[in-house]
Amino acid sequence: MNSLFEKVKNNLVWKSVFRRDYRDTVRDRALAIFGNVFLHLHPVKVRESAVKLRYTWGMGGITFFAFILLVITGVVLMFYYHPSVDQAYNDIKDFEFQVPYGMITRNLHRWAAHFMVIVVMIHMFRVFMTGSYKAPRQFNWGIGVILLVLTFLLSFTGYLTPWDQLGFWAITVGTNMGAATPLLGYQGPFSEYLHITPYNDVRFALLGGTQVGGNALLRSYIWHCVALPLLSIVLMFVHFWRVRKDGGISRPQH
Amino acid sequence: MNPFIEIITQPDNIAIVIMIIMVTFFMVWAFQQAFQNDRLKAGGLPVEGENDQDIETWKPLVRIELIITLAIMIGLTVWSILVDAPLEEIANPTLTPNPAKAPWYFLGLQELLVYFDPWLAGVVLPTLIVVGLIAIPYIDINPKGNGYYTFKERKYAILIFSFGFFILWLLLIVIGVFFRGPGWLWYWPWQEWDHQRVIYEPTRDLTSMIGIDSRSIAGFIIGGIVTIGYLVGGMVLPYRYWKKNNPELLEQLGMIRYATIMFLFITMMSVPIKMVLRLVFLVKYVWITPWFNV
Repeated sequence: MNSLFEKVKNNLVWKSVFRRDYRDTVRDRALAIFGNVFLHLHPVKVRESAVKLRYTWGMGGITFFAFILLVITGVVLMFYYHPSVDQAYNDIKDFEFQVPYGMITRNLHRWAAHFMVIVVMIHMFRVFMTGSYKAPRQFNWGIGVILLVLTFLLSFTGYLTPWDQLGFWAITVGTNMGAATPLLGYQGPFSEYLHITPYNDVRFALLGGTQVGGNALLRSYIWHCVALPLLSIVLMFVHFWRVRKDGGISRPQH
Repeated sequence: MNPFIEIITQPDNIAIVIMIIMVTFFMVWAFQQAFQNDRLKAGGLPVEGENDQDIETWKPLVRIELIITLAIMIGLTVWSILVDAPLEEIANPTLTPNPAKAPWYFLGLQELLVYFDPWLAGVVLPTLIVVGLIAIPYIDINPKGNGYYTFKERKYAILIFSFGFFILWLLLIVIGVFFRGPGWLWYWPWQEWDHQRVIYEPTRDLTSMIGIDSRSIAGFIIGGIVTIGYLVGGMVLPYRYWKKNNPELLEQLGMIRYATIMFLFITMMSVPIKMVLRLVFLVKYVWITPWFNV
C-alpha cells in the first residue's frame, strides 16, 4: 500500500500539481491556506469566534455558496435556452422533460435563488446585531447593502426568463414602478416639465419598449446572465477583500 | 383542500415558510446571545469571544465550511427532489391574473401601494431604504457593541432596525404573500378567494374630515401645513427636547448627522402613521397638490 502511494506521489506529474508533501506541521498548515488560490481568501489564522457557528451563523459564506451554485446551474440552463418570445417557454418545457436531470437542475436554480435572498437578509441582520458595521468596517457595510440590492435584482431579472404568466406579470408590476419615478417616469411628479412620455422614460429604458415584450426578455436575460453577475462578482471581491483588510471577522475590542 | 394548506404548500410559498422559520430562529438566537452578553457585562465578566485566541484556519475553519456546504447542498437537493419549480401558462399579455403579485421579496413594497402613491411606495421609499441602510455606520456614533451581541448598549439602534426589518419589511412581505387575494383585498388563510367580491370602502382625504374639500385652495394649504409640519416638526421638536435634556448628545452628533437621522426616522415612521390613517380613519391622501398626492 505504501509503495503504491509512493508510486503515485513520486513522479513529475504529481509533483507539478502538489509542490510539496503535507506533513501536518505549522508551516504546512499555513501553506495549505496561502498556497491555494481558492483557500487563500482566508487568513492563515482566524479568531475562534470565526469558527463558532453561534457568532456568524456562517450566513455570508452560505450566501456565497448559493451564488456559486446558482452560477453553475445557471450556466447549464443557458446551454438550452434562447431569450426569444417564440422559444423561451418551450425551451424551459424541453429542459424539464427532455433533458436528463433538467427538472432537478431548474429546481435547484429556483430554490437556491429563493434561499440566497433569505440568507443574505439574515446575514445583514447578523452583521447589524453584532455591530460589525462600526469602525473600521463602515465602507464594507455599504458594499454589502449594494450586494443585497444586486441579489434582489438578480432574482427579479430571472423571473421573466421562463416567459410564463408568473414572470410576465411580476415584471409588469415591478417595472410599472419605473413609470412613477419623479421627474424621469411619465406618470411621476414633475415629469411633464422634462417632456417625459411613455417612450422616453425610465420604464422604457428598463423594458426596451412600452410593455413587456421581446426586448424586455432580451434585456432581463442580459442583465440576469451577464451584467448583474459580473457586477456582483466585482463587488464580492471588494467585500471579501475588505473583510480581511478591516481586520477579519469582527470581535470585541479591548 | 383547506385554503390555508393550499397557500402555504404552493411551491414558491414554501420558500416564504422556510424564511419565516429561519428568521424567527435567528432572531431568537441573536437576542438570546445579546441578553446573555448583557448579563455577563453586568456581572463584570468578559462577553462571549472577548478572550478568543487565534487558531489555525486549516483545518478547523475549512472543515466547518465543508460540512456546512455539504449540509446546504443536501438540503437544497432534497428540496429540489420533493418540490418542482412552478412553470405557469405561457405569458399572455391579454390575460391579467388577479392579483398580479411582484416577486415575494418586493411584496412589502407592493403592500405600501395601498397606503402611498407609486412614486412614493415604488421609488422614493425603496431609494431611502437603500440610502438609509448605507448611512447607518456613519450616523450611528455609538462605539459600543462592536463585535459582540448586545441589547443594552445599543437599545435604540436595535429597536429601530428591528422595527424596520421585522415589521415594515418582513411582516409586510408575509402579509403580501399569505393575506392578499383578488383586488389586493385582505383574505384570511382559511377564507376562499372570491373574484366577485367587492368591498365598498369610501375613502376620504384628511381635510375632508373637518369638512374642507381637499382639492380646494384651503384644503391644499391645510394639507401642506400638515405634511410639511410633520417633516419640520419631526426634525425640530426632538432637537429642542434634546437641547434641553441631553445637549452633549446633540453636540456629539452634529447638525448634519442629526438631520439625517431624524429625516430617515420620521420618513420610516410615516409608513405606520399612514397605515393607521388609512385603515382606521379611511384617509387616502393627506395632501393633494397639482403635481403629486401624499
